[in-house]
Amino acid sequence: MTFRRKGAAMMAAALAVALSLGACSQGGTDGGDAPTGSPVLMNGTEPQNPLIPTSTNEVGGGRIIDNLFARLVYYTADGETKMDMAESVTSDDDQVWTAKLKAGQVFSNDEPVDAAAFVDAWNWAANPANAQLNASWFSIIEGYEDVQDGTADTLSGLEVVDETTFTITLVAPDPNAVIQLGYSAYSPLPKSAFDDIAAYGQNPIGNGPYKLASDDAWQHDVQIELVPNDKYTGDRQPKNVGVTYVFYQDNKAAYNDILADNLDVLDQIPNDFMESFVAELGDRAVNETGSLFQSFTIPSRLEHFDGDEGALRRQALSLAINRQEICDTVFAGSRTPAKEFSSPLMPGWSDSIPGNAILGYDPTEAQRLWAAADAISPWTGQFKIAYNADGPHAEWVQAVLNSIHNTLGIETAPDPYPTFQASRTVITDRTIQSAFRTGWQADYPSIYNYLAPLYSSAAADGQGSNDGDYKNPQFDAELAAGLSETDMADAAVQFNKAQEILLRDLPAIPLWYQNIIGAKSTNVSNVLFGWDTVPIAYLIEKAA
Amino acid sequence: MGWYIGKRVLQMVPVFIGATLLVYAMVFLVPGDPIQAMFGERAVNPNVAAQIRQQYHLDQPFINQYLIWLGGIFQGDFGTSFSGRPVIDEIAQVYPTTVRLALMALVLEAVLGVVLGAVAGLRRGRWFDSTALVLSLLLIAVPTFVMGFLLQAVVGVKLKWLPVTVGADVSLRSLLMPAFVLASVSIAYVLRLTRTSVAENAQADFVRTARAKGLGAGQVVRRHILRNSLIPVVTFLGVDLGALMGGAIVTEGIFNIPGVGNKLFQAIIRGQGPTVVSLVTILVLVFMLTSLIVDLLYAALDPRIRLV
Repeated sequence: MTFRRKGAAMMAAALAVALSLGACSQGGTDGGDAPTGSPVLMNGTEPQNPLIPTSTNEVGGGRIIDNLFARLVYYTADGETKMDMAESVTSDDDQVWTAKLKAGQVFSNDEPVDAAAFVDAWNWAANPANAQLNASWFSIIEGYEDVQDGTADTLSGLEVVDETTFTITLVAPDPNAVIQLGYSAYSPLPKSAFDDIAAYGQNPIGNGPYKLASDDAWQHDVQIELVPNDKYTGDRQPKNVGVTYVFYQDNKAAYNDILADNLDVLDQIPNDFMESFVAELGDRAVNETGSLFQSFTIPSRLEHFDGDEGALRRQALSLAINRQEICDTVFAGSRTPAKEFSSPLMPGWSDSIPGNAILGYDPTEAQRLWAAADAISPWTGQFKIAYNADGPHAEWVQAVLNSIHNTLGIETAPDPYPTFQASRTVITDRTIQSAFRTGWQADYPSIYNYLAPLYSSAAADGQGSNDGDYKNPQFDAELAAGLSETDMADAAVQFNKAQEILLRDLPAIPLWYQNIIGAKSTNVSNVLFGWDTVPIAYLIEKAA
Repeated sequence: MGWYIGKRVLQMVPVFIGATLLVYAMVFLVPGDPIQAMFGERAVNPNVAAQIRQQYHLDQPFINQYLIWLGGIFQGDFGTSFSGRPVIDEIAQVYPTTVRLALMALVLEAVLGVVLGAVAGLRRGRWFDSTALVLSLLLIAVPTFVMGFLLQAVVGVKLKWLPVTVGADVSLRSLLMPAFVLASVSIAYVLRLTRTSVAENAQADFVRTARAKGLGAGQVVRRHILRNSLIPVVTFLGVDLGALMGGAIVTEGIFNIPGVGNKLFQAIIRGQGPTVVSLVTILVLVFMLTSLIVDLLYAALDPRIRLV
């Protein structure tokens, strides 16, 4: 379980209680319900897509969508799944799920949040004619294939029972389906959205804890202003008078703004200030374990990386990398060496999965394994790692390659691509002739979401994000066994058993978890970062 | 004169077509597939990808894409960006900010550069001249981003005299620091150009004649020395306006100014042809117009130059 995380969250909760008690006794307001003060200023980036839940798949728009919309369920800071719009989501056979909505819920424009609001939105998004980037999320629902190939307009697995009830039939039983339904793609849309979806995307009407402050609240490239939506009746009640996401082009500008107290919450620190930010900001600095997993993938189609020889070489490479040193020096402690393939923030995470010694640093053993691989077929050429040069990767790639070179004595070279776009293309069409950097952040809090999309056979060959085309039936079987567990803790244990196979095969070499590094101003309190490393807007309190 | 302007405007047509075609081709040649990048590291849904490609005409050959765009702009349709906004809206939003910043920078460099340069030129070899020369050398030598971060840290964060970043507040006050940073190198150039020119003209025959016929010192400086010295300076300022508008990416990033530079950079990174070309087209037009205005100004400054 997530010991460290839980402790921090509980402490924060205790602190929050203490703070709100203090506020009550001071202000003497009746209950201290309505928050006062000025809007919380948070950093963000201009959303790259219209603000429609199923159009948004990047973090800039995602954090806004999460505040504007509410799903059947939501996630707490710890990654626990709780009811939001739904009163209950139940199933007898884990395949046909019945969602019962709380009665009387409405969008911010008073349109009802009823069963049809969910079903119509999902059907619309799954239809490729509507070009929604998140359409694939509905592939878990029966009838998805028919909608994809145009033989049906709607998902046969969705059925409205009455005003507040609908059923979801999955393509396969999944006892933990509820967890997934908290992802933003599963939001409802009001009927009026479909009248002019382009206009809606610029000015969305939602059912979440916040709504747009006005018709022109979204000032493109500048900021977006959100105010509490008083029609929202769920648990995520805002503790502030509003949140404004200020869009930054360069995070150095955001850092200077937080130094000057012009910005309240910053969830990233520019590399240049990584060594100095804790000293400079003191207790305003944040540095805790995060959920972004980073690795590099070696496709088995590369020469020397298949079969027994490949397995030995992968293990040797993994042991040749001094992760701790790179985390400390290159990243100034803002990364934590990986112990497995998911993230410490996931429920059920373990740092002692058998076989994870392979993620340690052991030059002698690395050399021995490399020599054993050479005995099968002598090593030729250079070992390269590809990365996109428009991201901050050059330094650590070089450090990893140096570590490998110094330990194994082989020639290494970085292999930069000018843009993310360029690197993604050669990775996706499988023409890349080197190892390449990979990273993953879960869409919903489950270890499963770190494993299945990346290493299952079903996700290989362009069907998912298994870019190295790793296939191991044994691993697939362990994953499936985990999925069929009804108890979440048991499921996690099973997923970790599947990870033992990954630690042996090393389809990707785990490197580190990216920490949550950020800062807050002197005006705010109760700044909690969620399981997805995003600061939770509705919990933040700001003094006037 | 009317004929001259007409001819110049006609010349813009081939330049316009050539420049836009070239830019469109370059965006097209950016490696990688923009639609694939939209899906990030997640699996691409082929049906959805095909739909988006069709929507943005990306399934067509390059020359068709260009012609569709070209046909569109004659009907006032600049296309749609991947975020679902009409490109014309994006242009209407970023240009005013950038124009304001560029004009502020231009005024700063014209006023500071010409005044300091003229004083230095008239007092050649004296302490003011030497100081101005050394200072201008410093401005040229220090890269824009160093100057930007330095001023931001000192004037913005430490002293709190001016806003640290611009963001939503595009007032003259918050743009003052970025405008100065943007203009800093050009101030030095204008200063040096003016100084040399003034120093040269101060010893010209016509100035001696003007003095000999008894004109006052101020009259001589204003009507004879300065006016004749300004031709190279005006040329520089004219060309610089275009550069200030298109080349402010670094400054816009440092001070978080929502302008053309940032928009252009993002559009290039994401392979958004219509947005890039539309933004650049306007820059091209600005370049062409300012160089026309500069040529017209020559005639006003120096009657010997006649426009045929």
